Amino acid sequence: MNRYKIDNFMKMQSERGGAELLSAETVNQALIISLEGELDLHTAPPFKECIDSYLAKNTALRDLILRMDKIKFIDSSGLGVILGRYKLIQKRGGKLVFVACSPHVYRILKLSGMQKIAYFTDSIQEALSL
Amino acid sequence: MEVKNWVRLEFPSESENVLFARTAVAVFASQLDFTLEEIEDIKVAVSEAVSNCVIHAYGDCSGNIVVICKYSIDELEITVEDNGCGIPDIVQASEAGYTTIPEERMGLGLVFIHELMDHVAIASEVGKGTKLLMAKRIPRSRE
Ligand SMILES: Nc1ncnc2c1ncn2[C@@H]1O[C@H](COP(=O)(O)OP(=O)(O)OP(=O)(O)O)[C@@H](O)[C@H]1O
Ligand SMILES: [Mg+2]
Repeated sequence: MNRYKIDNFMKMQSERGGAELLSAETVNQALIISLEGELDLHTAPPFKECIDSYLAKNTALRDLILRMDKIKFIDSSGLGVILGRYKLIQKRGGKLVFVACSPHVYRILKLSGMQKIAYFTDSIQEALSL
Repeated sequence: MEVKNWVRLEFPSESENVLFARTAVAVFASQLDFTLEEIEDIKVAVSEAVSNCVIHAYGDCSGNIVVICKYSIDELEITVEDNGCGIPDIVQASEAGYTTIPEERMGLGLVFIHELMDHVAIASEVGKGTKLLMAKRIPRSRE
């Protein structure tokens, strides 16, 4: 977990309001991101910058695991950022995993066709063992 | 439509107002007999419509967005209006995956709106602006 990145993200978020990064950690080739709040047009850009800086810094990272249980809202702007990151890790042969989506968030992800490209699990453990 | 109650919101096309708009509409809609899931649907639809005004209608410029909500005994109607660039081809714009910003967008906003609301109508004039009307039926006494 990189404290500086998280502090920076928090700072950006407090200026923008909205979503908050709870934690970011890397396990083997996976980047595990936990988020809280609402992911929309306003809050998606710092989320994007945060993930991209991890992926740029650590080229061994392949998988992106998103912990969703504290995400209260997501719309196409949030989905667009996630899909964009998926395209980056796809080039590295990685996979995208959504962990513990609320029923509503799951519904929106399904509507977007995300279940065709991503995995859905109940726990981080399960996500790591895919 | 015999209007029982209504509210009109007007605000500049700043991205932080997307959260404001969907939350305000959700609070207004919660006067009605919607389930929590239906309220969530309405929030997503409003978020998509208002985001489109911010991103597409006004782009790098700023302009005003007007959101009007009203309800009769059987329907909640929401209109989202801008005076932005307008949509040249509404049918094409409504297609799944169609977007004028393919580098970062998925072209799903209008698809979500159609999926989550019961009735959608879009009127637009290039150079003048766009008015999107969407309605959701109010469920009758759930037993
Ligand atoms: N209010 C508007 N003013 C001008 N153009 C619009 C407006 N709303 C939508 N459009 C046009 O219609 C297209 C499709 O809109 P839609 O919301 O479905 O996708 P998007 O906004 O491009 O992507 P996403 O919603 O997935 O982020 C947009 O790319 C844009 O060209
Ligand atoms: Mg859109």
